[in-house]
Amino acid sequence: MDSIGGAVSNPGSTRNNKTGSWRTFKPILDKEKCVDCDNCILFCPEGCINKDHDIDYDYCKGCGICEVECSVQAIKMERE
Amino acid sequence: MTKKVMTTNSAVAEAVKLAKPQVIPVYPITPQTSISEKLAEFVANGEIDGEYIKVESEHSALSAALGASGTGVRVFTATSSQGLMLMHEIVFASAGMRAPIVMANANRSISAPLSIWNDQQDSIAQRDSGWIQIYAEDGQEALDSILTAYKISENPKVLLPSMVCLDGFILTHTVEPVDIPSNEEVDRFLPKYVPKHAFLDTDNPMSLGTFTDPNYYMEARYQVQEAMENSVEVIEETNKEFAEIFGRKYGFVEEYKCEDAEIVIVAMGSVCSTLRVCVDDLRERGEKVGLLKVRVYRPFPVEDIKKAVANADKIAVLDKNISFGVGGALFNDIKAKVDVEAYNFIIGLGGRDITPTHIDEIVEKTKNPVNDVTWIGLKR
Repeated sequence: MDSIGGAVSNPGSTRNNKTGSWRTFKPILDKEKCVDCDNCILFCPEGCINKDHDIDYDYCKGCGICEVECSVQAIKMERE
Repeated sequence: MTKKVMTTNSAVAEAVKLAKPQVIPVYPITPQTSISEKLAEFVANGEIDGEYIKVESEHSALSAALGASGTGVRVFTATSSQGLMLMHEIVFASAGMRAPIVMANANRSISAPLSIWNDQQDSIAQRDSGWIQIYAEDGQEALDSILTAYKISENPKVLLPSMVCLDGFILTHTVEPVDIPSNEEVDRFLPKYVPKHAFLDTDNPMSLGTFTDPNYYMEARYQVQEAMENSVEVIEETNKEFAEIFGRKYGFVEEYKCEDAEIVIVAMGSVCSTLRVCVDDLRERGEKVGLLKVRVYRPFPVEDIKKAVANADKIAVLDKNISFGVGGALFNDIKAKVDVEAYNFIIGLGGRDITPTHIDEIVEKTKNPVNDVTWIGLKR
């Protein structure tokens, strides 16, 4: 620890804390089924899905909202 | 140096004036009120060049103090009893965020039943917060403890807040002669606070009071433990420096006729003045009794206590507090760390007087013990 009292001396450093390890279930997208409705992008609370529908597993916490919102059931949650 | 006659609350306010805090958020509560009034007067008169924040509660008082400390200025606040209970959340946060706040606490009992009179349950309930705790016996010691508390708290090896505890009414409202040091002396002892650790500065931004996941929390708490350990050396150095400038010597504990004592009575705060008289009286009656005053309760002065009770057959520990089901806090701390035959006496809760007759009874019950924890002066 380079600071005391839990102080963060380098603000804007949240990206350094990868939160993917919190995940129990991992979203897997079947791009064949995907119809580009972009619901997953819009509903992901972590902003972990990019325009090409690639999922950023460094930060995805596995909440499963994308699976629920997918209009064609192209996303399945699988146990890590 | 000027000798003046004043209450201990006034002496505390004088000490604060000399320490020159820049922010004073304080909420009045009996028996601390005259501290907050006196400080308001000093700020209004321009005798203290600082902001006096009239907050709406004690939770806000300590929150404002913590926020102000986070901007890197010296701060002061004071409270008592229910006020300290309301501060509880921020008491822990202040230590964890390593803010060198100094707070005076006028020791008063805790509700229920509601009482405004003295015991030490309020500050004892904050024992595990990471604050340094100093219990004063008289007005002079209260004034001196405020000044040393700043110096100890602001030391980069420590950076923990300090609580200076004053027995409500018995001490806070008692009028005594007090030496008021000069501004020059105090400035030499306690220069302006220049923070080097965590503080808000727009040129070097940082985040304080952060959320930590399990990867970081234990390390931050361990740092508090290390700081508390470091404070032992810092308190010794600070007391030495204080004695050089002001001529008054303080330690973690104060021994009175302990060397050849068969029974050592251990206590904290104003009751030690009564006990000193009782020790003399008991010795005239042939009882080999001594007094050990514990002045600094956190960090807990294990070595000093060991040394003071080394020759004693037994010790009698007086506690103006109770951890229900186990006994007084001072007693249990000593039992945990010092190998000595010890008996505990719960006494003076809610302002019940402690008289020499009670002390005779304590000595008798230490000689011929029935229980390890005994309530003294209890009506049955």
